[in-house]
Amino acid sequence: MSRNRENMTVTQSAEHPLLQVQGLTVGFRRGGQWNDVVRDVGFSVSGGETLAIVGESGSGKSVTSMALMQLLPRDNSRISGQALFRGIDLLQLDERQMERIRGDRISMIFQEPMTSLNPVMTIGAQIAESILTHRRIGKAEARAEALAMMDRVRIPSAKSRYDDFPHQFSGGMRQRVMIAAALACQPDLLIADEPTTALDVTIQAQVLDLIKELQAESGMGVIFITHDMGVVAEVSDRTLVMYHGDVIESGTTEQIFRRPAKAYTSALLSAVPRLGSMTGNAVPTPYPVFDIASGKLREPGPRPNTLREGPPYLLQVSDLSKRFAIQSKLLKRTIARVHAVEGVSFTLRQGETLSIVGESGCGKSTTGKLITGLHDRDEGRVVLAGRELGAIPAVERAHDIQMIFQDPYASLNPRLRIGEAITEPLRIHGKASATEQREIAASLLTRVGLQPEMAGRYPHEFSGGQRQRICVARALVMKPKVIVADEAVSALDVTMKTQVVNLMMDLQQEMGLGFVFISHDMAVVERISHRIAVMYLGEIVEIGPRAAIFENPRHPYTRRLLGAVPVPDPARRHQRGAAVVTELRSPVRPPDYRRPVRRYLEISDDHFVLDSGEDWQ
Amino acid sequence: MKQAFQSPSGILLALILAIAFIGPLLPLADPLAMDVAARFGGPSAAHPLGQDEYGRDLLSRLVHALRSAILISGGAAMISAVIGVSVGVVAGYVRGFSEALSMRVMDVILCFPPLLLAMLAATLYGAGPSTLVPVLALVFVPSFTRVAHASVMTVRGQDYVDATRLMGASATRIIFRTILPNIVGPLFVQFSFVVVMSVILESGLSFLGLGVLPPQPSLGMMIGTARSTFAQEPWLLLAPCLSLIVLVLVLNAFCDHLRQLFDPRRESGA
Repeated sequence: MSRNRENMTVTQSAEHPLLQVQGLTVGFRRGGQWNDVVRDVGFSVSGGETLAIVGESGSGKSVTSMALMQLLPRDNSRISGQALFRGIDLLQLDERQMERIRGDRISMIFQEPMTSLNPVMTIGAQIAESILTHRRIGKAEARAEALAMMDRVRIPSAKSRYDDFPHQFSGGMRQRVMIAAALACQPDLLIADEPTTALDVTIQAQVLDLIKELQAESGMGVIFITHDMGVVAEVSDRTLVMYHGDVIESGTTEQIFRRPAKAYTSALLSAVPRLGSMTGNAVPTPYPVFDIASGKLREPGPRPNTLREGPPYLLQVSDLSKRFAIQSKLLKRTIARVHAVEGVSFTLRQGETLSIVGESGCGKSTTGKLITGLHDRDEGRVVLAGRELGAIPAVERAHDIQMIFQDPYASLNPRLRIGEAITEPLRIHGKASATEQREIAASLLTRVGLQPEMAGRYPHEFSGGQRQRICVARALVMKPKVIVADEAVSALDVTMKTQVVNLMMDLQQEMGLGFVFISHDMAVVERISHRIAVMYLGEIVEIGPRAAIFENPRHPYTRRLLGAVPVPDPARRHQRGAAVVTELRSPVRPPDYRRPVRRYLEISDDHFVLDSGEDWQ
Repeated sequence: MKQAFQSPSGILLALILAIAFIGPLLPLADPLAMDVAARFGGPSAAHPLGQDEYGRDLLSRLVHALRSAILISGGAAMISAVIGVSVGVVAGYVRGFSEALSMRVMDVILCFPPLLLAMLAATLYGAGPSTLVPVLALVFVPSFTRVAHASVMTVRGQDYVDATRLMGASATRIIFRTILPNIVGPLFVQFSFVVVMSVILESGLSFLGLGVLPPQPSLGMMIGTARSTFAQEPWLLLAPCLSLIVLVLVLNAFCDHLRQLFDPRRESGA
């Protein structure tokens, strides 16, 4: 497959590339002024070749692709430059001519598979529609082709799922449908805009493999837009790095990874979490900080271990369970239950970070909400700092446990200035005078790396990374013993992610905090954790010290999770085994379901794995 | 709030409000003083818009009618907002039985056509503003409840509400300090719609003789009585009609303007 592609790249790119973009500049009108958001971008893509456009949010990578497809609103955007596609300048075409190219010669897939399919049309009809729009063939023929397409994108039992609706498909399967619809007319060029960002790692690996296979079969060119350097290393031949609307570096992916020319590219690469980079480190270590000014990577010094062995424990959780009833519409009878959390037990010691990892729907967030008391538990015990959780009044519980949420946009009250937001707990508890509150807000803002003067601003004036720091500051104001961080860095750009993770580790050092770090990102988890619990379908399938989980994973699911993480090294891209097409199973059970008796096997000191029997044979 | 009145519709509304409330202080004729000898008198220095079939001053009557229309519908909207929002917020936050009960009660009220409900109340308890205001208020309670309920449902799912709970805040504090400020936008828009609806309903009831009692002036009643003398003196009918149309149009334009102001996509924020 790879040899095939190399041949094509050599023969075609030398003569005439598929798409040649020169001097592309895109401006938007805001108020009465034109703002250039993409400046003088140039690149070319040949058949069979994959070009990655990398950058963080706001770098203009998506705008570039939208401009090529002329999908930007014509009245308040301004596009100049040249984009020759097979000799035709795309930017000169009118809407009618563009319609003939879109979906037929150039196709696009988007980030959000949940919203890019029409919810009231069947899957098959949506694929057939894209064929019927561009070709004069009969309905029956289109149906046959759509079915063939569904087979090609490896949707299991395509025939019986043809008439299913999008909501009956999982996220990964929907992205396959999107790909099928995009490729139905055998386009010469596919533009994939963050196609795997919203997917779980094991599903991401499958979708990336699929795109590569289809490309090898058809020889199309692919423009892959992403912020994830791991994905870049996995798929692309050449890479374009964008920063604030400018192309700052371009070249073959190997060159960029091996010898980045620009400081920003190095910063981006140093921020890429690498699995295995912690091997041999006994304690969690912050990310090396890249100093853009000097162009040097600053490695963190050796750290004392923050973990204090033995009791008193911060958290003791035993046999925690939570089920959500699914009721029938009419009689409100329970027809099934979602077993979100099943028999979860763990402890958290002082200064320890316990990570809970797993894919969407595995119950990790519900576990977080159960131990903070946001959800009521059905079974089990939670002992927080020596006291039964239910026996602690809400007011006192605030001193013991706080939470940082995933979405920094939803977790700050839009009507509160951030100074007020940070000190709100103090007002609830009547703890401090107005002057003291201002001082505390100022010092906490400084502590999380923001300016004290920012206290008077509203949340919408901040970026995602800054907001997440504000949330950290708010969680700290009560001086809690435990902080539950629910996917706290998942929504952030890579450089922001490393900063927030480093901040959390510094705070742990200073204050002896215990973290329950809930995440699906194995690479970040490897950095930050002392211990790791892997969850699948509501149960902990493996729990143990970080080194044990990463170097000696025992449960098949843990192995699958680790194997699916993209390796940010283009030289090693083919080492990962082909992923099996799987779907996450659902934790919905009939009302009379009884959980089988579970046994945990002790592999080594403190390393336990669930003996799940036949399920995983 | 400042932005709300910085628009053509806002300026016009401010003007109408000023006329209605300052008008009675101006040296205008007594709206109730009859002068049968000068009935249907044309415009003159003492009566700029002429006189009606009892010789009462038309301009003064219009100003007073406008004032009572705004007071009655504004007051009714205010009362129904307070009741409706409280019920909706509690239903949306507490959930469970109280939610089912209050939302079903609202559905029952919605089943009655507003005009019929008002006529029923007027026949039972007698016509007049003291019946009109409670009836109008009752009719519009469900609309507030529904908007408040729906908005609370969206806001309560946000992470910042959970964050406030984790700080140890009580339910009352969360309702008043966290949720309410975040749902005022849609409620405010609903309020302005309800004022428009009440103006229309009030004039309709007065037209039927079930609203403001004669001889007090009201736009609907003035339209009603001027019908019979339309051939003789069309202006007596047209003047209150035009006033009503202008009032409703201005209020409607203002509603639209408010809705745009509070549109979340505008990122209004502060």
